[in-house]
Amino acid sequence: MIGPMLTEAWTSMAANRMRTFLTMLGMVIGVGAVILMLAIGQGVQYQVDQSIASMGSNLFIVLSGSTTSGGVRMGGGAAPTLTLGDAQAIAELPTIAAVAPIAPGTAQVVYGQNNWSTRIDGTTPSYPEVRSWTLADGYMFGESDVRAANRVAVLGETVVKNLFGDENPVGRTIRIEKSPYLVTGVLTSKGQSLDGRDQDDTILIPVTTAQRKLFGTQFQGSVRFMMVQAASAQVMPTAEREMNQLLRQRHHIKDAMDDDFSVRNLTALANTAAETTRIMSLMLGAIASISLVVGGIGIMNIMLVSVTERTREIGIRMAVGARRRDILTQFLLEAVIISIAGCLVGVMVGVGGAIVLNVLTATVVVITLSSILLAFVVAAGVGIFFGFYPANKAARLNPIEALRYQ
Amino acid sequence: MAGEDIIRVSSLSKQYATVAGAVPVLKDINLTIAIGEFVAIMGPSGSGKSTFMNVLGCLDMPSSGSYVLNGHEVAKLSSDQLARLRNETIGFVFQGFNLLPRADLESNVALPLVYAGVNNGERNKRADELLDKVGLGSFRKSHPNQISGGQQQRVAIARALVNRPRIILADEPTGNLDTATSREIMALFTRLNKEEGITVIIVTHEADIADYADRLVRFVDGRIVHDGAVERRAAGTA
Repeated sequence: MIGPMLTEAWTSMAANRMRTFLTMLGMVIGVGAVILMLAIGQGVQYQVDQSIASMGSNLFIVLSGSTTSGGVRMGGGAAPTLTLGDAQAIAELPTIAAVAPIAPGTAQVVYGQNNWSTRIDGTTPSYPEVRSWTLADGYMFGESDVRAANRVAVLGETVVKNLFGDENPVGRTIRIEKSPYLVTGVLTSKGQSLDGRDQDDTILIPVTTAQRKLFGTQFQGSVRFMMVQAASAQVMPTAEREMNQLLRQRHHIKDAMDDDFSVRNLTALANTAAETTRIMSLMLGAIASISLVVGGIGIMNIMLVSVTERTREIGIRMAVGARRRDILTQFLLEAVIISIAGCLVGVMVGVGGAIVLNVLTATVVVITLSSILLAFVVAAGVGIFFGFYPANKAARLNPIEALRYQ
Repeated sequence: MAGEDIIRVSSLSKQYATVAGAVPVLKDINLTIAIGEFVAIMGPSGSGKSTFMNVLGCLDMPSSGSYVLNGHEVAKLSSDQLARLRNETIGFVFQGFNLLPRADLESNVALPLVYAGVNNGERNKRADELLDKVGLGSFRKSHPNQISGGQQQRVAIARALVNRPRIILADEPTGNLDTATSREIMALFTRLNKEEGITVIIVTHEADIADYADRLVRFVDGRIVHDGAVERRAAGTA
């Protein structure tokens, strides 16, 4: 029964080529828009997710805080109130997995004929773990290097590229502010951070080396901030509370006084960003879906015209033995064919548009099989939904009146 | 030729509901038609003969009374069962031919077989046989608008016959045709009736056409006023 019905649908569509084409165009635009918008939305989401993953998971940042000096309150990080001792104490909390204290600075780095100015983080061996960062080559300096304040360095990808080109830097010696440092390892590439900074443009050295030998500080043993990784996402609120208590205690802060440090939950911030992009992506899809609905209304409109035009034909079919459901199926099939065919072309248009956008503007687009499948299912659904009313109208015709219809 | 009754209508009435109240169209009709009869139904416009034809064809339902077609009490059948009964038992021939304009003649003739669930090869084979039978075998792939009215009516008859019905119901089958073509069409009906034993029921308002039948039923104001054998005029009268 389906065979001759397909032939029927084809004949009827071919008899009104322009009309069929325009009806299909509505679906093409609708599906194309949905695919393209999903591709863009998922592209943005992918980028954000990548950035979040590159940041490390369950992360706090503890900043040394504002001090009040003669009634003038300084901003966060103005006074280096955090110490390596604080870092060690925090690391001993059961809810904390790892702590990386950081004494940052900027310095000129030289290797051979090349020189480069980069960010230098004085830190501890737990830094890669906290940042979910691995080494591409060599090894991370150890606790003994920190204790001895050795001149050793681990380089980021961008630094390697600018100083060494294609040469392997592990085992070479670079000069930071005129002192020689042995390169022990190279970090894998991490790309941009959420705020667009190049995370690979960095050098890691032992925190003690940074404090005592490279930057020197007026407050011995202080660090600007710490990155703290909680043991799991569940314990993050507990960890935050415990850290606050511990630091207030260690810094001898009385109940009425402000903290001289601040704890920020980076993961929560990042999740908010991710949630925002997810909602944006959803909105893009929703707006594009409106055009799909408009396309569906176009199908309904044309099918209604078609039913009216073919009233007599429906009467003839009923007289020779078509059941109501045969008539219903025939018109429904026609609507679904139009919407599926429009969907096929629409997927091509959407995917093509996404590729063109990617090539021309370097926008990251992500096309997933599930978004294509979704478009197909929705298009077939639109065909059935908007085709049902006209098809049912056809099936409900009175055969005598249909036969008399001029 | 007469065998068992294929159509048994008793105390059948039909009225249409209008804003002005119920309008009776058929009043207390009693009629029995046996297998192999050739019946002409005549009557002026508004006499109810077309409504009666629609009821016989299971396209319309009686308001009261009983209609038994080929052993089935029609009032008790569902819409799907009626469709099947039309498909298997009745072949319709209309005044306006009612072919599908976009389909070729072969597909037009094969149409009832689509709804009978016959496969594609068998459908075309039987359609071709019937087109040969009505003398249009060479026009299989033509479309209705490429052939004459008389030829179109022959295609419609082929379509009516394709699922081997017991009855042909023809509503003014010659109404749109000239005299010579009308005669050809009526000769075809006569042959089907006499040679193949198909029951033929024709609605017409032309006495000449009714003359081809063996039995004449005359309707006036929704009632049967005459039911009897056709008195054949001398052969050759036009």
